[in-house]
Amino acid sequence: MVFRLNPSSGVPVYVQLMEQVKHALDTGALRPGDQLPTIRKLAEDLVVNPNTVVRAYRDLEHEGLVELRQGSGAFVRGSTSRSTRIGKRAQGLMQSAIERLVASGLTEDEIRRLFENELTSLLASKIGG
Amino acid sequence: MQESIIETGALHKAFKGHHALNGLDLRVPAGSIFGFLGRNGAGKTTTMKVLMGLLRADSGEARLFGSPIGRGGPDVPTRRRIGFVTEDKELYPYMTVGQIIRFTRPFFPGWRDDLERRYLDVFELPLNRKIPNLSKGMRSKLMLLLAISHGAELLILDEPMDGLDPLAGEDLLRELTSLAATEGTTIFFSSHQIADVEQIADQVCIIDKGRTVVSGALDDLKIQCQRLHVVFEQDVPARVEWVAGVASVRRDGRTLSILANGNIESVLTQLRSLPGASVERFPVSLKEIFLEHVRSN
Repeated sequence: MVFRLNPSSGVPVYVQLMEQVKHALDTGALRPGDQLPTIRKLAEDLVVNPNTVVRAYRDLEHEGLVELRQGSGAFVRGSTSRSTRIGKRAQGLMQSAIERLVASGLTEDEIRRLFENELTSLLASKIGG
Repeated sequence: MQESIIETGALHKAFKGHHALNGLDLRVPAGSIFGFLGRNGAGKTTTMKVLMGLLRADSGEARLFGSPIGRGGPDVPTRRRIGFVTEDKELYPYMTVGQIIRFTRPFFPGWRDDLERRYLDVFELPLNRKIPNLSKGMRSKLMLLLAISHGAELLILDEPMDGLDPLAGEDLLRELTSLAATEGTTIFFSSHQIADVEQIADQVCIIDKGRTVVSGALDDLKIQCQRLHVVFEQDVPARVEWVAGVASVRRDGRTLSILANGNIESVLTQLRSLPGASVERFPVSLKEIFLEHVRSN
């Protein structure tokens, strides 16, 4: 899978890695049973501190998304139906939210800005505790 | 608690009345990639020279591998454990790359042939070229090869990215992280390229006017520091007793821009309690943290 990291953003790199793995799970780019790159390889490819990758993988394991197998690497957990189920439900939520915002008079740009603000705020609150 | 491979306490060094180091406290955990940031003249090079015994501090203490640094600088066994690379180091001008490697090798019983081979290959250093005919970037790489190959557990690098083009710089960052991962080498490097530090460091220290202004794990800093924008319906309240954690407050019309460097929940509680306030949170980059702390200093 392809990672796009921005070390200069205020979001710690390990959080960005985790978010992107989760996004890959949502879109189906990563499926249950798939193997994630080794810590060493990913750190080298992305040119980041290996401890960053370690932390991301450990936290993903803690959240139950990934399984770290001694000697073999990190594997995606779970069953296929989960990602499809989440995908469909999320799409439905998004559609109804957009419909309601349009009905209340917001323009496309206003909706986009509102979404970005709320998302950034949410992400900041998640990592800030 | 992790062992400190470098430690200083209240280090002072003055040159003709100018306080280059003004009570510097530093703690570099073993095995970390430690970014030492500061403006030009903040005291980064002076710190490194004191650690290597090239300068003697006026007061305060400094330790390497847990032992205090003596009057003459670190002793020989300690020096063997350290690779020090600075810009203005003079290499013998009549030697080729191959010759200086052969010349240096016998001084270090712990010389690593495997690392020497690896870095000759990775850095693509031409063995038969004379040192003055190497580009600046190649000279940096050669000095790094010598420091790494002698088996150093600690690398002290003064602005290693200086003069390197983006590709060479990226290669160097990759090699440093690879070295840290495979050999467990502690990498203590100074830079004013904040982006480079953000990319590979797990620990940072920002130094200004000879003292530590901010230090700690980079991830923790990013989590603890947040920018908060507060927009007021009416006027901004006149006098507020800010709770601990509010590092700076800037006003622009009916908006306050606040940098919080800790205690986020309490700061948010206070802000939300102000009349007519709506609060938005933003993550903070290391550049912002740097500028904020150095400007207000």
